Amino acid sequence: MTSTSHTIRIGNAAGFLGDQMTVPSRLLATGELDYLTLEYLAELTLAILARQRRRDPALGYARDFVEVLGDLIPELQSGRTTRIVTNAGGLNTRGCIQAAARLLASAGLGRLRLGIVEGDDLSGRIDQLRQSGHTLAHLDSGEPFSLPANEVVCASAYLGAEPIARALAAGADIVVTGRVADASLVVGPAMHEFSWGWDDWPSLAAATLAGHLIECGAQVTGGYLDRWRDIDLANVGYPIAELTAGGSVTITKPDGSGGVVDRETVAAQLLYEIGDPAVYLTPDVVLDLSEVEIRDQGDGRVHLAGAGGRPAPDDYKVSLVYEDGFATTGELLVWGEDCTERARAAAAIIHERLTAQGARPARWHVETLGDGTAAGVAATHHDPNEVVLRVSAHDPSREVVERFAREIAPLITSGPAGLAGYASGRPKVRSMFAYWPTLIAKSCIEPAVTVKSADEWASVLSPNAEVDA
Amino acid sequence: MSADAMIRLGNIATARSGDKGNHANVAVIAHNAAGYGHLCRCLTPERLRSYFSGLPITGIERYELPRIGALNFVLRDALAGGASGSLRIDTQGKLLGPALMQMLIEAPEDI
Repeated sequence: MTSTSHTIRIGNAAGFLGDQMTVPSRLLATGELDYLTLEYLAELTLAILARQRRRDPALGYARDFVEVLGDLIPELQSGRTTRIVTNAGGLNTRGCIQAAARLLASAGLGRLRLGIVEGDDLSGRIDQLRQSGHTLAHLDSGEPFSLPANEVVCASAYLGAEPIARALAAGADIVVTGRVADASLVVGPAMHEFSWGWDDWPSLAAATLAGHLIECGAQVTGGYLDRWRDIDLANVGYPIAELTAGGSVTITKPDGSGGVVDRETVAAQLLYEIGDPAVYLTPDVVLDLSEVEIRDQGDGRVHLAGAGGRPAPDDYKVSLVYEDGFATTGELLVWGEDCTERARAAAAIIHERLTAQGARPARWHVETLGDGTAAGVAATHHDPNEVVLRVSAHDPSREVVERFAREIAPLITSGPAGLAGYASGRPKVRSMFAYWPTLIAKSCIEPAVTVKSADEWASVLSPNAEVDA
Repeated sequence: MSADAMIRLGNIATARSGDKGNHANVAVIAHNAAGYGHLCRCLTPERLRSYFSGLPITGIERYELPRIGALNFVLRDALAGGASGSLRIDTQGKLLGPALMQMLIEAPEDI
């Protein structure tokens, strides 16, 4: 039985794949953490990982994590017992855990126990799900998903905290998942530590609130803040959530680190990417933020109370991504009086030349960076002396987009005067993805947990070999 | 109203924006309680819609959070494709918050 004052400290040292690589080792060394979380999977990250896996079946996970883990080894060798929870597994959790295991085993840490969570990847089950009556209807429009399964790049369910808590209960020092709800990386440890019931909605709400507040890393500790002049962002401290068994939440950061934690940084992150604040859907609980109170205690500690919780939904959210043609973007500097008008004329020339070739792109977007319009507002500067012309094209046909890419540079000699900046060659054509959010009944998925020592994982031959728990 | 009776929204509040698929949200957090009341009076969905005239917004919802002193706006379809499909440089609507802080609003009398 734990007392209501039993407190755990959970620090998050990555807010997306590509976040600062030097932060995790610093946070682990200075944060006095019970748990370190590393969140790598933004909405579209899995689509990028799917493309990597297509090139090489051994890939498809967040390789940053394995490099980061290498940096953590001295701390782990020194006996630090902080447990690590990450969604670095992406679309290849076994590949990720094996890379991690080999690294740990070679550093003499083969005794560490590593757990994986699987079951989120539905990309191989699209036809089976449709045959059994699931329409994979779009979350907003209700339209059934009708494309062939082979056009699906990835389809992953946002699993919840339960399999993470299960892996921790099985003794995992490190838990690697694929797609889980971001906040569940924090809810899992809380559920394991405090033995709350899975229908203890107020407690689940508090832990989900804590997870939501730290999931984007430095965005709650001073990043992206208007007061940037007053803040040491170079050494910004990454966030730590203190959770108690009684459901109290405090957000802070390591002593002596840069950045700031106060009412406004916490409020800004509280509402980041939120729709209706009373209905924040997660697989663990429906979180109600509307009655949350934020109490700035000073010294970089902010306390939160009043998170509401209602029963978790019966469905998992699934983010399905499919191929959606090709796109590219060209940029040129346009200098001089009337540069905005000149930039638009240059874009019109490209468009006319493409139309003459029968290669008019299906979608087309022109921006004049420097006049203020990039933010979707009316021009804030009506008479800039230079702007960057940014033209983008998107079309189902790669050929059409390739033709567009060829029409940027010729403007230098056959367009208006005052253009510069063509040095990087023709812009590279990239595949585009379309995002199709949908739901799947929880009963369709059985999240699986496997926990083994690093030595055992490292001796498994193939990432795809079947291994029993 | 004369120009000197206007202030920037950023003088009484901070803002943070992000993407929700094809939609964007912008949260506006007042520096203090009086500022929150003023935000509630000034920041109508219609006003945001005309301010973000360059975005293909199809609807705006406003949520009030008096305990936090903040308003949350959802700008439907603002991102024209969202993080995956948008051709804009700001694919995720990150600039909407900073842009909103530059919006001119009536200077409050009580702050």
